[in-house]
Amino acid sequence: MSLFDKRLSEIHSALRKKELSVTDLVQASIASVKEHDEDIRSVLYVDEEGALAQAKALDERLATGGEELGLLYGLPAGLKDNIVTKGVRTTCASKFLSNYDPIYDATVTKKLKEADAVIVAKLNMDEFAMGGSNENSGFYPVKNPWNTEYVPGGSSGGSAAAMASRHFFFTLGSDTGGSIRQPAAFCGVVGLKPTYGRVSRFGLVAFASSLDQIGPITKNVEDAAYVLQAIAGHDEYDSTSASVEVPDYLSALTGEVKGLRIGVPKELIGEGIDPEVREAVLAALKQLESMGATWSEVSMPHTEYAVPAYYLLASSEASSNLARFDGVRYGVRAENAANLIELYKESRSQGFGPEVKRRIMLGTYALSSGYYDAYYKKAQQVRTLIIQDFTNVFADFDVILHPTTPTTAFKIGENIDDPVKMYLEDICTVPVNLAGLPAISVPCGFAQNGLPIGMQIVGKAFDESTVLRVAHAYEQAAGHHLRKPERVRG
Amino acid sequence: MSAITRKEVEHVANLARLKLTEEEAERYTKDLNAILEFAAKLNELDTSSVEPTSHATDVKNVMREDVNRPSLSREDALKNAPDHEDGQFKVPAVFE
Amino acid sequence: MSQFETVIGLEVHAELSTNSKIFCGCPTEFGAPPNTHTCPICLGHPGVLPVTNKQAVEFAMKAALALNCEISRETKFDRKNYFYPDLPKAYQISQFDQPIGKNGWIEIEVNGEKKRIGITRLHLEEDAGKLTHSDFGDTLVDFNRVGVPLVEIVSEPDIRSPEEAKAYLEKLKAILQYTGVSDVRMEQGSLRCDANVSIRPVGQKEFGTKTELKNMNSFRNVQAALEYEVERQKQVVLSGGTIVQETRRWDEANRKTVSMRSKEEAHDYRYFPDPDLVRMQISEEWIEAVRATIPELPDARQARYVNEYGLPQSDAAVITMSKETADFFDETVKTGADPKAAANWLMVELLGYLNANNLTLADVKITPHGLGEMIKLIENGTISSKIAKTVFKEMVETGKEPKQIVEEKGLVQISDEGALRQIVQDVVNANPQAVADYKAGNEKAVAFFVGQVMKQTRGKANPPMVNKLLLEVLQNA
Repeated sequence: MSLFDKRLSEIHSALRKKELSVTDLVQASIASVKEHDEDIRSVLYVDEEGALAQAKALDERLATGGEELGLLYGLPAGLKDNIVTKGVRTTCASKFLSNYDPIYDATVTKKLKEADAVIVAKLNMDEFAMGGSNENSGFYPVKNPWNTEYVPGGSSGGSAAAMASRHFFFTLGSDTGGSIRQPAAFCGVVGLKPTYGRVSRFGLVAFASSLDQIGPITKNVEDAAYVLQAIAGHDEYDSTSASVEVPDYLSALTGEVKGLRIGVPKELIGEGIDPEVREAVLAALKQLESMGATWSEVSMPHTEYAVPAYYLLASSEASSNLARFDGVRYGVRAENAANLIELYKESRSQGFGPEVKRRIMLGTYALSSGYYDAYYKKAQQVRTLIIQDFTNVFADFDVILHPTTPTTAFKIGENIDDPVKMYLEDICTVPVNLAGLPAISVPCGFAQNGLPIGMQIVGKAFDESTVLRVAHAYEQAAGHHLRKPERVRG
Repeated sequence: MSAITRKEVEHVANLARLKLTEEEAERYTKDLNAILEFAAKLNELDTSSVEPTSHATDVKNVMREDVNRPSLSREDALKNAPDHEDGQFKVPAVFE
Repeated sequence: MSQFETVIGLEVHAELSTNSKIFCGCPTEFGAPPNTHTCPICLGHPGVLPVTNKQAVEFAMKAALALNCEISRETKFDRKNYFYPDLPKAYQISQFDQPIGKNGWIEIEVNGEKKRIGITRLHLEEDAGKLTHSDFGDTLVDFNRVGVPLVEIVSEPDIRSPEEAKAYLEKLKAILQYTGVSDVRMEQGSLRCDANVSIRPVGQKEFGTKTELKNMNSFRNVQAALEYEVERQKQVVLSGGTIVQETRRWDEANRKTVSMRSKEEAHDYRYFPDPDLVRMQISEEWIEAVRATIPELPDARQARYVNEYGLPQSDAAVITMSKETADFFDETVKTGADPKAAANWLMVELLGYLNANNLTLADVKITPHGLGEMIKLIENGTISSKIAKTVFKEMVETGKEPKQIVEEKGLVQISDEGALRQIVQDVVNANPQAVADYKAGNEKAVAFFVGQVMKQTRGKANPPMVNKLLLEVLQNA
């Protein structure tokens, strides 16, 4: 059993009893990456020196009986490489930023440090968080630890695969259209996308500013609650971060679902959903029912419009967000550019991969003169309708539950040549981002081929507590989260 | 919604300051057409009386007081600069 | 040339006098070494976010209200997307369809005629960095200025001559200065002006093709550039040509406008609402709170000077053109000095001195109190107007109180009739030839005697008394 299979309370207890040191934890994390990540490639960079130095400082603090220990004291963490870490290279898995040495810390990075977590590594991802398979990493793709012929999902594929591999106690990902939940489902781990505004975006390299959220990927729901507790809250550096009180998430984990009203959108449980996935989710509903919850089918009629609306909006915002990568102030500048325009064009074209370029092209077009109303504004209007769908359901239900993905993980290379097919894989996750709601993916079974299945629980805005409570109650009853990939079981 | 032509693709690439190879221009013309055709699905919805959602939050008037915060040292400001001279970022001439 | 009518619209950018930049905490001061007033936010590093400076919004509201604009109750920031090395994010945060202020106006006066110039809109945005071009053909970028808050004020095409353009700018500058939202220094770039210029046959309703003028970095240049451009367009049309819509730069050295023949493609700024900045809602209470901070504006002050002090309209206009001058005037009058005398000294002597030496009021040491006291010394006969000029110069240079200067330099006017009569008598006695000239009817001889008396008294003789005594003594000579 890996050290990182233990509960947080067990680890903290062992640390206090001096049966274990933070240095031990960090060394175990580094060793795990060194020994077991070679074929998965979930990790881009290990900050061995920095992590060990921090471990040493934390050990000394406990030894000298210093201040109180932080919530995440001593826990090794891996961060998706679009979260800025001062002095530790942050690349967004893009060639363009391969030499970028950040001069500041993201707010979540600061908060993790304040909570005494140890940031050990930066994790692989789809370049600039664009993709759902991790095949779009500018450096190398990530593979699914359950079966290396399959994708781990994306864009936080590195974070999910690293977690499934138990390289760290927890990892952070970012979710713009499902980028935490979908890879969590594909890799059999827990992924939480908080409400838009719950966690500061300051220092998260923007993909689509009105959709992006940072969240934890963990082995179980309890860990997700701990990590969210540490990173949530208003940030004066992010005007879109909410001034909403952060409740005690741990105390929400009561195991109770009695009287809970679950809405299941028929659009996301019927046609287009793989039967194995559907069966697993229906079984989960049965389980919850047996625990005192009730569920009924509801309709969210605009669901089928969510994917095109999402791709227009996200790409439009991205085309503007990624314009700053111009080779003037940072990043890799193309050599021998004849003039300024060439410098821009060469640097950007050499630095960005094909999917990033495709989305910049789409977004630039959608915002351009003459097309704005037809595409961008239209998509904004459809976004309003999708939000209304959620509002309507939440008038009568406490949570919405459905599969996280229409299928289990697909094979590497299977969808790469068909962007529309690839985009349609996001049908279950993008509506939640458009509405800015909290949602979690928890393992709910396994397909015949051994790949994990995830189900998604969506809550009302800022009601992460309910989402975590339901997920936790189900998880503890069902136990699917305990199963690990063969290679990690050893 | 009309299809996007190869020429428009080249215009968009120029706006986005991307240089496309022959192959890429072909590829993106095809891809963008496929995506836009897919996006045309939105036209099934009558949105004439629907307000657009531009922000994910209804919160308004979030502002800071007019207080100075420390700036970076010049060294840090220029730390990642591909090229600099006399404390300034350096690029090829704006005008040829 | 009266068959053409000139149509001008002006776009003015003014930097707001906040302490910190519009979206980050860096200082806004002018003149720091390059790239020392920057942070990850204004340098547009990956992952940073803007947070709006409330003072910048309130300054923009204040300026808009002072310019008689309506305030948009619902407003937001938009991104204006384009690549340029002075623009770190490759978009400028600006306002597109919901400017803070719209539909305003200001009143100008040219050749005694008053006229309203409409203001289409006033919006808030961030300034760009500063580019300089090295000797080796490279461009160097300093980002100190990037993110300094700006208001862009766009006039209606209501301006009909370069003189009106100048008057509009002067009035606009004065209003921005009075409200304290900007230090409006064109030479430091905190006030910048672009112009759209076209001509059309008198009576035609449609506008002619316009050209856009840039790089006019002083008021004088604005007028000169507009005069040149209007004349150029007339020549083009009269010689059978057509005006090309283009951007032209004022070439100060050669005193002409030249086409900026950059390979400028059609702009497509792809404006969209900035998702990083939440919307703004401006309440009636907020508007009124800001309105309450607006001080007396130039027009109101001008009216007060005319009505209360009886100053000529033109003098009142000159004094109120700058807030510094008007404040100086008010303070001078507060000491009890005669307003007309104060206006004269201020306009003729003080502004004359400043102009001649290219200085501003802040550069000289004279105080309103000193000037007021000096005027009172003239009124009570302690010093003559002539001596006062000496005292004035000393005050400008040293800031000393006039009484002290008069005492130190022994400049008190000689008004002792007995002492003066003796001096006059001596001068007359010593110049028999001049006396003969006077007797022969040569009036110039009087001036000669006055000069001699002043010379003897080193200018301190009371001039009316000298005149009176001279006539008496000469009668008896």
